[in-house]
Amino acid sequence: MTVTAESAGTAVNGDRVSLLRVLGPAHVWALGVGIVLVGEFTGWNFSADKGGALAALIVCWIVGLLYTSVAMIDSEVTSTVAAAGGQYAQAKHIVGPLMAFNVALFLVFAYTMLEVSDAILLGDTIVAKAGVEGLTHNSFIAATIVVLAWLNYRGVLMTLNVNFVITAIAYISIVILFFSVSPWTQGAVLKLNELVTPNNALPYGWIGVIAAFQFGIWYYLGIEGTTQAAEEVRSPARSLPYGTMAGMITLLIAAAMTWYVCASLMPWEYLGITYYPLWDAGKLTGSPLLENLLFVATLLAALASANGCINDAARAWFSLGRDRYLPSWFSAVHPKYRTPYRSILFLLPIALAFAFIADLNQAITFSILSGVLQYTFMSINIMMFRKKWPLGTIRRGYTHPFHPLPAIVLFCLCVVTYFAIFLGFGSQLIAMTIFYFLISVWFHFYRYKFVRRGDQFTMPWPKPQGY
Amino acid sequence: MPRYTPPEQSKAGQIFDIAVVVVAIFVALWLPLKMGLAGAAKSIDALDAKTWEALGQNPTMASIWEKLGYTPETAHDVIQNRFHYVIDWPTLIIMAAVLIGYFVFLFRASDREYRDVIKEKFDDK
Repeated sequence: MTVTAESAGTAVNGDRVSLLRVLGPAHVWALGVGIVLVGEFTGWNFSADKGGALAALIVCWIVGLLYTSVAMIDSEVTSTVAAAGGQYAQAKHIVGPLMAFNVALFLVFAYTMLEVSDAILLGDTIVAKAGVEGLTHNSFIAATIVVLAWLNYRGVLMTLNVNFVITAIAYISIVILFFSVSPWTQGAVLKLNELVTPNNALPYGWIGVIAAFQFGIWYYLGIEGTTQAAEEVRSPARSLPYGTMAGMITLLIAAAMTWYVCASLMPWEYLGITYYPLWDAGKLTGSPLLENLLFVATLLAALASANGCINDAARAWFSLGRDRYLPSWFSAVHPKYRTPYRSILFLLPIALAFAFIADLNQAITFSILSGVLQYTFMSINIMMFRKKWPLGTIRRGYTHPFHPLPAIVLFCLCVVTYFAIFLGFGSQLIAMTIFYFLISVWFHFYRYKFVRRGDQFTMPWPKPQGY
Repeated sequence: MPRYTPPEQSKAGQIFDIAVVVVAIFVALWLPLKMGLAGAAKSIDALDAKTWEALGQNPTMASIWEKLGYTPETAHDVIQNRFHYVIDWPTLIIMAAVLIGYFVFLFRASDREYRDVIKEKFDDK
């Protein structure tokens, strides 16, 4: 039996209004892949900047291992703790309130900054395509964020139906590009052996490979967002592991195809700095059809990602309000659309503000930092989960194999990624961590007094072992 | 152990807390941008001779650069803008200490709060 947490409370005519259970595995896939697929259209290629083209491939696979561990661990915990807020609800039941508060902030920051990156990408892509002097990306950014927030405000089913369609189109465009350039032959269109040579494959040596981990995260960042839909899927125990694992397989294939085509079409120095590697790849094939297809796909991928990010960030924020970790005003559910509308509206100006003051790789780095902090938590969280409730003591929707190997792999790769961020972006990491520390002190010594103690534990589980 | 009853928070208090969080978010994200702490630590290794050969580009690479609209002069700052991976040990140690200190505080303080939650949930029945 998988039990879901108490749903949110807004009373209308005496009835309790909660989030609506309308989603299936395809929506879970669309939410996860929709958020992440934009990483193939921009962001992953900055790993080539940090370590060279071969480093980008190496981290594609190693970081793929990190995310496979994330997906395995997450599927087990989420299929057992199925509540809006995803990892937040996990932390609340397994580690404690302060950790839950931090995890929710990791989620909100990771997704909001990812949304910002998406909006910047979309605006820059349109401006680059238009080629009109004096045209800036600001109006496109604002329109993207506001329209998608409105879509999220209006309902989760419509939001994720839209995501499913546009994610599928963007994904198919990568497959079309891959098969259009005759990937089985070199020299005709692809020139991998002339662009990635023994002299330039690892221009910084192995330290460049480690440094490349930072943006390697971008290949897959956000797949864990599938858990945010836990209270809105019809069958969490089935849909969440199925949708998440299917999403991960989809992304591994897309990442490998993307690297192969892009590294075979442009020098690593250019690949490392362009904002639109796949669109550029389309241009470099010489086919106007492919160029236009990849242009449209870049926009769709950015839209799908921003759309999913608004959905996830709002649910994490909503969960904080529901448990009174933040003012309970945020926990309202729209009486008609059944969405966490106040959280959606609250995060809107924050996303807009940062879309105007940050550039693309800064916004991406903010998002990655929060993501890696969250993955560090997840590696420790699963250890504690198995220790407090060993197998057999509670019914799990899914039990991941080889425990504790995935947790150890995840933890080690997080440590490597911290070092990678230190190589070039260390000050930003220290500043963010100090922020999380200070806001944690505020929560622990002040805000927590407004929180009901026992009410936070909503799962019908036995007392954890060791307590 | 008596069941903990949290104080009711006034509307003004709720607004104040929202303001604190908003300010903290902006300081955390905006300050590094303002202080120039965000972004990649790269610098240009300038070359005197700005030719494709001097920039380490073979004929295939050069033809792609040209297709993308670059000349050796305009590509120079792109190609020569490099990371310089020198490990600054004091900064690395500070970063490690900040991260470890943060996580230690997080887990210890969470555990203290969690014990109260478990006690109230399971021991008061």
